[in-house]
Amino acid sequence: MHELAITQSMLDLVLKQAEEAGAREVGKINLVIGEMTGVVERCVQFYFDFISKGTPAEGAALSFTMVPTTARCQGCARHFELREFDWTCPYCQSDNMEIVAGKELFVESIEVE
Amino acid sequence: MKIKVVKDILDANEQLAQRNRQLFDSNKVFAVNLMSSPGAGKTSLILQTIKRLKGKTRLGVIEGDISSSLDAELIARENVPVVQINTGGECHLDANMTSSALGSLPLKDIELLLIENVGNLVCPAEFALGEHRKVLISSIPEGDDKPFKYPLMFHQADAVLINKIDLLPYLKFDTQAFSQTIKGINQKVEIFPISCTTGQGIEQWVSWLLSQMEKG
Repeated sequence: MHELAITQSMLDLVLKQAEEAGAREVGKINLVIGEMTGVVERCVQFYFDFISKGTPAEGAALSFTMVPTTARCQGCARHFELREFDWTCPYCQSDNMEIVAGKELFVESIEVE
Repeated sequence: MKIKVVKDILDANEQLAQRNRQLFDSNKVFAVNLMSSPGAGKTSLILQTIKRLKGKTRLGVIEGDISSSLDAELIARENVPVVQINTGGECHLDANMTSSALGSLPLKDIELLLIENVGNLVCPAEFALGEHRKVLISSIPEGDDKPFKYPLMFHQADAVLINKIDLLPYLKFDTQAFSQTIKGINQKVEIFPISCTTGQGIEQWVSWLLSQMEKG
């Protein structure tokens, strides 16, 4: 449900960048979204189609790069992806880790004309 | 033409949150963002905290709800300044809503501002309000698997309160495993088992809160 607010912020950001570049039209928006944010692609797309109507970003393609939640083990320093219901290091079974990826929520680039 | 952007989608909220933070700091207000699922005990915790700190610390409260002013009315009975924000459907508070509520609070007379977010374990995690600390309440009936389902919330919390521990004899909840799961991804977190019904653990929570206020 937070997708509406997030999509609105994303659209504002994209339109500002496009305007600064003197673009008439936004053709593509490349997004990077970490798994931990719980942001659902389908919802972003749905809201985007709706709120971008009548703006230079109307009809723009959304591209999602989803980043899995990744941790660095504090026992053996190796990196691993967090499994759904088992937060232990698959190499040394330590259950202490530092989250190093998965919180991303940014506009990587836009393609404009 | 491709334009490199690499900008946080919630940048605008972040900037507003920083403005709120400056306003808090210039008024010497310590702000706490209280988050939980619906019914975990945010309002009960605020009432318990008021009970312990009344006459010692000057409190203020922001109540965030999708609709109704039930919670604000409960707080107002304690003669604590309170503002109700009705988000009108939004599932979380954001920095802008918080900012508009701040205008209705006597900030100069408040040392500790408790901000009750909308009951939800997903959305509030993304939106900074300008708070000094994030506190998460997780209650026994919700089950001990919640960190796996809402990792961001548990990862960001400065403190996690395990509420309703008076129900432990009746429900299956492994407090130790729950605590280790959270600490595994969040080494800075403080965990307090509490009961807003019996008052157990509230003393420890309040003294932690006071120690955090001193640190700023």
